[in-house]
Amino acid sequence: MNWNFDVLPDFIFNGLSLGAIYGAVALALVLIFKATTLINFATGELAMLGAFLVYVLHMEQGIWLWLSMLIAMALSAGLGVLIERSLTRPFDPADHLPVVLITLGLFLIINAVAGDIWNYQVRILTNPFGKFPDWVPSVGGDRYVEVLGSRLKYQSIGIWVTLALALFLLGLILNRTKAGLAFRAVSSNTESARLVGVHTGRTLGFGWAIASAFGTLGAVLVAPQLGGVNPNMMATILIYALAGAALGGLDSLGGAVLGGILVGIIQAVFVTWGGVVVFGQLYMSILQLAAAFLVILIVLLFRPAGLFGTRRVERV
Amino acid sequence: MVDDVFDEVGLKVENLHASYGAVEVLRGLNFEVASKGVSVILGANGAGKTTTLRAICNMCTTSGSVVLGDEDITRTGTAEIVRKGVAHVPQGRGTFPELSTMDNLMIGAYTRKDNEIRDDIDRWFEIFPRLSERRDQLAGSLSGGEQQMLAVARALMCRPRLLLLDEPSLGLAPLIIEDLFERFTTLNKETGLTMLIVEQNANLALEMADYGYVIESGEISLSGSADQLKNDPAVQEAYLGA
Ligand SMILES: Nc1ncnc2c1ncn2[C@@H]1O[C@H](COP(=O)(O)OP(=O)(O)O)[C@@H](O)[C@H]1O
Ligand SMILES: [Mg+2]
Repeated sequence: MNWNFDVLPDFIFNGLSLGAIYGAVALALVLIFKATTLINFATGELAMLGAFLVYVLHMEQGIWLWLSMLIAMALSAGLGVLIERSLTRPFDPADHLPVVLITLGLFLIINAVAGDIWNYQVRILTNPFGKFPDWVPSVGGDRYVEVLGSRLKYQSIGIWVTLALALFLLGLILNRTKAGLAFRAVSSNTESARLVGVHTGRTLGFGWAIASAFGTLGAVLVAPQLGGVNPNMMATILIYALAGAALGGLDSLGGAVLGGILVGIIQAVFVTWGGVVVFGQLYMSILQLAAAFLVILIVLLFRPAGLFGTRRVERV
Repeated sequence: MVDDVFDEVGLKVENLHASYGAVEVLRGLNFEVASKGVSVILGANGAGKTTTLRAICNMCTTSGSVVLGDEDITRTGTAEIVRKGVAHVPQGRGTFPELSTMDNLMIGAYTRKDNEIRDDIDRWFEIFPRLSERRDQLAGSLSGGEQQMLAVARALMCRPRLLLLDEPSLGLAPLIIEDLFERFTTLNKETGLTMLIVEQNANLALEMADYGYVIESGEISLSGSADQLKNDPAVQEAYLGA
């Protein structure tokens, strides 16, 4: 076996940046799961739609990239509110099947509509972190810095910083605002939340809004790694994000992010050694997928609530 | 139409029906709660006590009428009923286990817009020092008694005019129950808060209540002043263990 440690940092860096994206999408899943114990299978497609909004605003209309992202996130949030209000609220929250079917239906519809409008070809979207800005002193190249003999891409750094800022902002919203407190209360005990006067429907809409905006951010950041935007861009990412959320604990926001990052690293490590060495190039991605899920299954076997899932500590 | 039993009515329930699916659980309840008084509803397990309180707050399918003061709240949504001054401590306390003690109290004041919320929290921490010591602890990690105190304090954070308590004694040690009921009495005497308590523990409940009702299979089978009920042979046999 060829244990080539020199390439390890490369893959860890890649794993960490892809993992951060999984973490962002996992966070979008967990935000809604915490409040409703529902998996929103349309999370990835909503994010893809958000990325296409950025494509339209920035590439077609020429609006400044970051402004396009903010507008797209706001529109995604609005769409999230609309979906909660019109498609999920009419159904009994205790009966999960109809709402899960609706999110699956949304998955298919959004994908088909996007495919119809933009076809299924990859469209280039400007990388927000393509080249270092001019004010950064040159260390290595204009797209990376040398760390431990490996290339740490500006793109990875950009993804980490952006998501860290977004997480910090989310933490402020959830922990320092009244709407955030209401959201945490609904997540903890919906019936009691209603009994203190919280309008639970509106509060869930607020959760959908934040989750959708987060998903869009994730999709825009991951697009350059996929060569651009396309209607199927989020399919595998959603699966890895789901795995990350399960690994971290479906009811833990911090766990979702860490779970996503862990999945990214596990995946990268299997690319480094597992795939190439054992089965050769051809089977690499399949093995990678299978091996990553095997690790997750083993963890869940011993910790069914996930690594950071807080199973309710309740004494009566 | 029922004649008003009390000079001033805090809550008036007429011909209240409630059902879960096809099963009718309340079959035409009529009762009143005196303004500033303490009323109790006694009943065995499954008689429909919890459903009665839930029906008042419009948390299940109902028909009939519920009037708070002089306002009909039968069709008012649960969250709006809270804004009209009804606080409900549900069976099993209904705290927010993943929220800290402090946040549980803060969310209790969700409907308020004044700037005395912090003062109120400090007052409850003074009344319940145990809660003050555990202000940053998750509610789910508090003991049963502490959670009940928290549930009551949280309910009162909205400054209600009617407090509904669903079996507050359930699962608590006798000493803690006594302490809790003493506090309820003090609260009523000092603030004139109207209370409706649902209990299986008839001894204590009748001790502090002015007026009581007995509910059996979704109907009021008996009513009277607390003293009348205490001396009623049927009540003594069924609920006082005489
Ligand atoms: N969510 C529910 N679904 C169906 N039946 C219920 C539900 N809650 C209570 N019941 C039934 O309604 C009746 C009254 O229940 P409840 O009001 O909880 O009684 P109590 O509080 O007096 O013990 C019981 O027979 C109970 O089985
Ligand atoms: Mg009950």
